[in-house]
Amino acid sequence: MSTILRPYLYLAGGIALVLVLNLLVGGIGSYDQRIVVNIGINMILAVSLNLVNGFTGQFSLGHAGFMSVGAYASAAFTTMVLPAASDPMSQGLYLIVALLVGGLAAAVAGLLVGVPSLRLKGDYLAIVTLGFGEIIRVILQNVSSLGGALGLANIPRHTTFLWVFIILVFVVFVIERVIRTTYGKGFLAVRDDEIAAEAMGVNTTRYKVVAFVVGAFFAGIAGGLYAHYNSLIKPDDFGFLKSVEIVVMVILGGMGSTYGVIFAAAALTYLPEWLRSFTMFGIKFSDFRMSIYSLVLIVLMLVRPQGLFGGFSFKGRRAAAKKAPIG
Amino acid sequence: MSEFLQQVINGLSLGAIYALIALGYTMIYGVLRFINFAHGDVFMVGAYIGFYAFPKLQPLLGDGYGTAVAVLLAAMIGCGLLGVTIERLAYRPLRSRPKLTVLITAIGISLFLEYTGQLPVVFGADYKTFPTLIPETTYTLFGGVSIGSTQILVFVVALALMAALRVVVLRTKIGTAMRAVSMNMNAASLMGININRVISFTFFLGSSLAGAGAVLYAISYPKINPLMGILPGLKAFVAAVLGGIGNIAGATLGGFLIGTAETMTAGYISPSYRDAIVFGILILILILKPSGLLGKGGAEKV
Repeated sequence: MSTILRPYLYLAGGIALVLVLNLLVGGIGSYDQRIVVNIGINMILAVSLNLVNGFTGQFSLGHAGFMSVGAYASAAFTTMVLPAASDPMSQGLYLIVALLVGGLAAAVAGLLVGVPSLRLKGDYLAIVTLGFGEIIRVILQNVSSLGGALGLANIPRHTTFLWVFIILVFVVFVIERVIRTTYGKGFLAVRDDEIAAEAMGVNTTRYKVVAFVVGAFFAGIAGGLYAHYNSLIKPDDFGFLKSVEIVVMVILGGMGSTYGVIFAAAALTYLPEWLRSFTMFGIKFSDFRMSIYSLVLIVLMLVRPQGLFGGFSFKGRRAAAKKAPIG
Repeated sequence: MSEFLQQVINGLSLGAIYALIALGYTMIYGVLRFINFAHGDVFMVGAYIGFYAFPKLQPLLGDGYGTAVAVLLAAMIGCGLLGVTIERLAYRPLRSRPKLTVLITAIGISLFLEYTGQLPVVFGADYKTFPTLIPETTYTLFGGVSIGSTQILVFVVALALMAALRVVVLRTKIGTAMRAVSMNMNAASLMGININRVISFTFFLGSSLAGAGAVLYAISYPKINPLMGILPGLKAFVAAVLGGIGNIAGATLGGFLIGTAETMTAGYISPSYRDAIVFGILILILILKPSGLLGKGGAEKV
């Protein structure tokens, strides 16, 4: 098999898999369907954050902020600009347009946040991105045309299982392809040793900005999918805790391991739902589920800080991710 | 003018509380070089210790300042022990690991305290009303500016604790050891300083200041709930960065500045932007002078 064609075969395989799953997903209950769609959206968020945190080594705690920009921009575009859509064909078309608007708005936000933040490193960068996320939330709370603190309601429900997972396949494809190009090695170089990369002529600032903007773009698309699935979005949906949730997915999966991150996004979205109905020794775990969730995180950091799949890429090769990116 | 002075007084009393929390951030950063994300939640636990200690202490000590001081001490000791326990169980095993690992662990502990606190068997997720520790009297100063007895208590306690901290850090043996560890941990260790003991002590000191801050915060804003620590924690962190993280005088200065900026924004612009202004200040200071107002910037070694 030609190595040039192989990635495209993976892409075709991924799309085929999604199409098959789409036939199966119609048979499960609407509650389970909601969980599955949320898993897909979280996977897109985690994979896009992985480009920033995992591959480029810039610790960002503001991903939910970009998600909210995308969610609000796309929802506002759909409700205020686009006409109502009735048939699935035009619904899909409108969704794509709205998602692109959301993604671009989030990318602009990513540029605005990225350029000034990139003088900072490590936990300082984390705090600044957190601050930006909170500022975006406060601004959204105070814009009355976007519903203020009550949020934006009556967004048409255009998002379906199919759209979420087709987009996920494309996001994974794009990020995995870019990382494997000569250009993409620059991201890893910035992560592994910024000074050495700079000395080798890698434009580190440019790489960081690109990572931020691309990560924000995909987060915006995920936000748009979220908005068009839940039909109601509130600024509080995209708070600090949502950012932490996405970061935890990236950490648990193993920073820089796309497939680990996808698995972690699925596991961490499902775990609280599973604990909701889980009973052992007559104790209902539903009350304790978030405590358990945080304990899992602490224990993971103590026993396996590189994440479940850290250090492995898809084919089991040892990846550069073995080395901790920020230290 | 009198409104402006009133805002200044309100801002300084809020700032005194931020300063107490910020001192904990800055001291822990000073010795361990990482942001203790769980600090704001230790602060929250402090408020609950005060809440539960009050009904036990009041029959013994009666109304008035004796009980207030006892509640304060209970919260300080409780938080101090909590801080030491967290360091012992979660941070110490990670000491040689990358900072990012420790940061994630701190976030995990923060979430654990918040979620566990919300359990009905622990604190419960609902708002509880913190008891009135001292009788509320308002004194009118010149030109219609007033100051409440709660605010006076906040100032007195905060300034006394800051002075005490200064004495501990500058005049005692353990304080000297703390400063040595913050300069160079390995060299301090070679000089025979017990690093683990110094770090435990720093956590005790920093967390107990958060406990004191919590009681002062709770008597000023008597609605307490398990998520109350998030915003004051973040703002105090901003205060620590503003003053120059790792710098004790800077944390105090930053706390007062942040508190004043917040009440000014709430008073003159809009109360809904009081949180945004704090983060705006953070972003500005990190872009313009990342080492903070009083911090010393160090060149990066290659």
